[in-house]
Amino acid sequence: MLLVLEQCLNGLQFGLLLFLLAAGLTLIFGIMDLVNLAHGSLYMIGAYFAATFVAWTGNFIAGAVLALGATLLVGMLLEVIAIRPLYGRDHLDHVLGTFGLVLFFNELVRMVWGPAGLRVPLPDWLNTSVPVLPGLAYPTYRIAIIVTALAVAVGLYVLVMRTRLGMLIRAGASNREMAGALGVNIKLLYTLVFGLGAALAGLAGLMQAPILTVQIGMGENILILAFVVIIIGGIGSIRGAFIAAILVGLLDTIGRAFLPDLLRMMMTSRGAATVAPALSSMMIYLVMAIVLVVRPQGLFPVTTK
Amino acid sequence: MTAWLTPRNVVVAALLVFLALVPVYSALTANTFLMTLFTRIVILAMAATSLNLILGYGGMVSFGHAVYLGIGGYAIGILAHEGIGSGFIQWPVAIAASALFALGVGALSLRTRGLYFIMITLAFAQLVYYFGVGLDRYGADDGLNIYRRSQFVDPINLSNRTQFYYWCFVLLVASIYLTWRIVNSRFGLVIQGARSNDRRMQAIGFPTYRYRLICFVIAGTMCGLAGALLANHTEFVSPAMMHWTRSGDLIVMVVLGGMASTFGPLIGAVTLLVLEETLPILIKLVATPFAGAAASRAAEYWQIVLGPLFLLVVLFARGGINGLLESMRRD
Repeated sequence: MLLVLEQCLNGLQFGLLLFLLAAGLTLIFGIMDLVNLAHGSLYMIGAYFAATFVAWTGNFIAGAVLALGATLLVGMLLEVIAIRPLYGRDHLDHVLGTFGLVLFFNELVRMVWGPAGLRVPLPDWLNTSVPVLPGLAYPTYRIAIIVTALAVAVGLYVLVMRTRLGMLIRAGASNREMAGALGVNIKLLYTLVFGLGAALAGLAGLMQAPILTVQIGMGENILILAFVVIIIGGIGSIRGAFIAAILVGLLDTIGRAFLPDLLRMMMTSRGAATVAPALSSMMIYLVMAIVLVVRPQGLFPVTTK
Repeated sequence: MTAWLTPRNVVVAALLVFLALVPVYSALTANTFLMTLFTRIVILAMAATSLNLILGYGGMVSFGHAVYLGIGGYAIGILAHEGIGSGFIQWPVAIAASALFALGVGALSLRTRGLYFIMITLAFAQLVYYFGVGLDRYGADDGLNIYRRSQFVDPINLSNRTQFYYWCFVLLVASIYLTWRIVNSRFGLVIQGARSNDRRMQAIGFPTYRYRLICFVIAGTMCGLAGALLANHTEFVSPAMMHWTRSGDLIVMVVLGGMASTFGPLIGAVTLLVLEETLPILIKLVATPFAGAAASRAAEYWQIVLGPLFLLVVLFARGGINGLLESMRRD
């Protein structure tokens, strides 16, 4: 039972990370109508910046803040240089253009940081466990991720629903020509939204950095998962992305944790060890396919048009 | 200048003659590398041709087309692994498996539009990719060696590299011809009409869903056949054959060469794959006068040039190379 709870927490943590990525992706799609495959590259760059700045400052928090700022800058720069000409074109152009950017960023990272993976050490005060329940100690760092991501989710909600900037963002999403005609600086708004999305992706990357190895291409598989999330949730819907992200996170983690045991009853343990991760990865795509068949617009379609 | 002697036709004719003569050149110079490279190019050009049918003419942006390469390949690999070496069994199975899969995927995904379609085709490809990763009996992640190419009756011997190359070449030309025939038939006109305005096509009485589905299945089957060829060529199959970046490469080939053009995918496949081989050398040549010894280091990072090149093609050359060649004619 405790094991199930622990895996649920892991799933929640993974889901929240996915949400950070998916929120940026869905904002960018909802507002600029842009399919951005390079979003995963920003996640990777956030992690690499974190590795560099944490080593440079010697302080985890300071390094993370610097990395976040740097990713935001890279995102805005990317928008101005490469993304801006893609607005208003069809999705195939976006896919192809940003696919090129993925290759570019992978190679750039290899050039700057070298082909070997990097590790980000955790500070001692985060490298402990907290007793969540009697008999269940959970790593402090993972709890910190959950808390941070939840705070960001709430912050994002407040930003979009309760502030003037959020109002402009929503106005731009529902009718960009009208918003532009009413004097909103659409160009600047787009750059800001893209930067925001980049910062969210960077945050996800830098928080994941101490848990995984920081390596080239780390953003690609999680990018596809983030796309699955926004498809299940309904493209352009942040609320849908939140719920779908938690769902996918839980499904993936729990599948990976318990499928091997289930399968071991039916096959050899070596076989189960190979098949289980593949099967749990497949499960997510299966859920997505089912959702699309039953509700082709996702679970929480954006109705305003 | 006569009407048919356009720059594009000259390039296409030269390319076809060149492809037909590759084995001759390779035999004269004992250059097996060139032979291996161009066998791969010809096979992938066939895959790109099949993608062009749905993506270029049909407007169906499938972001999971490499999955059919995998299905066709694995059909060969698994049968060979189980001791069934006859091509008369292997190839029909490869074709049938990819056709059936395309039918299932198409039936579900053609209900959606736009980004949803892009992503659902990607999702199905990922599904099969992870299925391949989980195929413990057939090598899982590491892939599966094929110790013997498909066996046919006597004059046909795929283990002969030259003969194999010509089979690939013939099948490529056949699929380009087939695509051309389809596109210019009544069926093809309906497909293209549905690309421009699906609702109007339905209003004048065409059940476009069925037309598009059949088109999707034809493209998947053609690509499955290319997968069977690829497995025979590399004598190896692995999940990496259907990684999503592979599907991205196929899209690049189609757009780079020129969407919705007869020879565009062929031009695109040749250009992309030859660029991949020659870019490091080109960078070295260009950079050496400026950077000296650092140039050979810079050449390692050739993808940093290739990536933005895709972006430039998207921004400035919508018709791809085919479009550029056609516009030269008007000058």
